[in-house]
Amino acid sequence: MKRSDWVKFIGRSLSAVMIMFGSQSVLAVQPFNMTKGVTDISQRVFDLHMLILYICFGIGILVFSVMFYSILKHRKSKGHKPATFHESASLEFIWTVVPFVILIAITIPATKVLIEMEDTTKADMTIKVTGYQWMWHYEYIDHDVNFYSALKTSRDEIYNREEKNPNYLLEVDNELVLPTDRKVRFLFTANDVIHAWWVPELAIKKDAIPGFINESWTNITKPGVFRGQCAELCGRDHGFMPVVVRAVEPEEFDQWIAERKGKANKNFAALENAQHTLANSN
Amino acid sequence: MSTTAAEGHHADHPSGIMRWITTTNHKDIGTLYLWFAFIMFFVGGFMALIIRSELFQPGLQFVDPQFFNSMTTMHALIMVFGVVMPAFTGFANWMIPMMIGGTDMALPRLNNWSFWILPFAFTMMGSTLFMDGGGPAGGWTLYPPLTLQTGNALPFVVFAIHLMGMSSIMGAINVIATILNMRAPGMTLMKMPLFVWTWLITAYLLIAVMPVLAGGVTMLLTDKFFGTSFFNAAGGGDPVLFQHIFWFFGHPEVYILILPSFGVVSTIIPTFARKPLFGYSSMVYATASIAFLSFIVWAHHMFTVGMPLAGALFFMFATMLVAVPTGVKVFNWVCTMWRGAMTFETPMLFSIAFIILFTIGGFSGLMLALTPADFQYHDTYFVVAHFHYVLVPGSIFAIIAATYYWLPKWTGHMYNETLGKAHFWLSAIFVNITFFPMHFVGLAGMPRRIPDYALQFSDYNQIATIGAFGFGFAQLLFLWLVIQTIRGGAKTTDQVWEGAEGLEWTLSSPPPYHSFTTPPLIK
Ligand SMILES: [Cu+2]
Repeated sequence: MKRSDWVKFIGRSLSAVMIMFGSQSVLAVQPFNMTKGVTDISQRVFDLHMLILYICFGIGILVFSVMFYSILKHRKSKGHKPATFHESASLEFIWTVVPFVILIAITIPATKVLIEMEDTTKADMTIKVTGYQWMWHYEYIDHDVNFYSALKTSRDEIYNREEKNPNYLLEVDNELVLPTDRKVRFLFTANDVIHAWWVPELAIKKDAIPGFINESWTNITKPGVFRGQCAELCGRDHGFMPVVVRAVEPEEFDQWIAERKGKANKNFAALENAQHTLANSN
Repeated sequence: MSTTAAEGHHADHPSGIMRWITTTNHKDIGTLYLWFAFIMFFVGGFMALIIRSELFQPGLQFVDPQFFNSMTTMHALIMVFGVVMPAFTGFANWMIPMMIGGTDMALPRLNNWSFWILPFAFTMMGSTLFMDGGGPAGGWTLYPPLTLQTGNALPFVVFAIHLMGMSSIMGAINVIATILNMRAPGMTLMKMPLFVWTWLITAYLLIAVMPVLAGGVTMLLTDKFFGTSFFNAAGGGDPVLFQHIFWFFGHPEVYILILPSFGVVSTIIPTFARKPLFGYSSMVYATASIAFLSFIVWAHHMFTVGMPLAGALFFMFATMLVAVPTGVKVFNWVCTMWRGAMTFETPMLFSIAFIILFTIGGFSGLMLALTPADFQYHDTYFVVAHFHYVLVPGSIFAIIAATYYWLPKWTGHMYNETLGKAHFWLSAIFVNITFFPMHFVGLAGMPRRIPDYALQFSDYNQIATIGAFGFGFAQLLFLWLVIQTIRGGAKTTDQVWEGAEGLEWTLSSPPPYHSFTTPPLIK
């Protein structure tokens, strides 16, 4: 092969690989780490995640370098004669105690974050979240507003008869609208089986359990739309019950909730519709 | 003379299929366990490839979501109860009598029964896929109330789990009875090979937790069919109670799947480093500590159910403690290699990959132990990546390493080293292509157990699917190698490996039908 042939060959192989990996995206722009989120808690959870990750990297690099050095140097093929040692009290003491101390050190910030996450007192408002097969129900307890929130993605998109939109599977008919800079308390329960309400940007994942109530809270620092999913296997359409939170400025929220009050409870029909959307698909 | 008596006894054995059905010989039963595990490995692997095919692209292409869920459920049940556990029981049967200088297992008829239960249990469980309402689709964790929505399959699955539990408990009793009673004179506990030690501890774990699982699934059965409300809040029960029961079984269970692997790796590394195992007694104590800790960490699988702060903190601290004895083991293996005279035959390659990749799985386990961070990781692909790293390049690699290591002893033939190395490199590369990207999609927010996903997860899923097919097909090479070695090949010496130590290498290759008819001398 001439050089130009090689260039052509490599170019063609590369484009084949690109096509294989899907045309809609390039690897480099994909998210591959935990989100920092939009709350103080989510930022601190992210910091904790990075801390433990770096500690693991550190220990890993140390242990594996020793191992690879040994693999390269202490080979029979290089004429290395085996040593006969098989014990060292001091070494064994050190590598029991040092990891122990590192572990204690990590649990301190983790405990602090956990204590704060669990403190649901002094909330400005409360939302009751109920999991259904397969949608969410939100009740603004202080405002007498409630509605169901179900997947909006069409069956044609799911069954590949139509092009998928950018928010494929992460879009709902009624978004959960929340104010920024307010402490919002959540109460979680479920109507049928266990679900889990998860929004990565809020660092909240809590099980919604029939007959029991779980608590959590958030305080969103900036407006935006934050998407998550049910995280606990809940049956056939477990993959099709997203969570969408729209955070708006407090004034805008007050306006929205006033409008919403008027048409509260009118969308019970949505329940029936959504339950049939996927159950009868195919 | 004992030898003539043994041979006379041997001659009475039925041949053909009846030999295998009626056998009470530890080697025959070991072989049965290993072939059973091998077949189930391909069945469970085929299900994994169905899962990965559906996840190759966003959208629903091949299977219905309900069937997808029963594939994830069955894949897990088969791989845990049908592959890893029987494979290690197979090695225990073959090797424990040979390693401790005994003739056979202590309870040979029980041994026959504990194996022959398994094919029936798995046939029954597999048959549920063809029943009204399909197979179990609530996940291998069987959480109610979802699992109570299972159709006709539920009682069959529950009964199959009862049978698997009985089989494991009988196997465990046999292992304990053998180790405590059949050792050759002079083989004190602290002289036993580490594989025997890890199995002794594993057997106690099995006896402790299999009845707990049996109780839990029985309560599911009575809730579904006999009007009880153990897990039904409306009747005064608690769905979370099941999760506590399940994970009180489930966490020791994950050590049941990994402790024998530690034993295998602790046997293979010294052989090919030509140097004694570093820190033998600390290895024994570390194994015992891991076993003890496994009973007090179960709720780290369920931080998101909403437990009291004190509970969450206790389970976080206890879980982090597991890292200490596990670290001791890894450091000991590295120190065993240090200043040895290493060669890199296939069993050694798989063992080294085990240490590296299992450690990566251990690191992600440490991350998962941090409760606040676990809220982000829990039930995502990060968890899927974590436990596949400890189970595939962990337990499965140890099983493969053990097969290459002992197959020449069992058959008297050497396997094809070039093909063995090819099998290693294919497996090691594809296993990482499959499972490493799962860390990324998990952190990016992809929940586990979903048949379809948002567009930003596409690339990593495609890579994982390509890896899974590569890994799956690489195992056909393994099957070919094993068959080829059984059928023939270069004759091996009794010693087989230059650096191998232990009683099993003093027997001929292949070893006699009854291992040590006269007790060997222990140095
Ligand atoms: Cu759900």
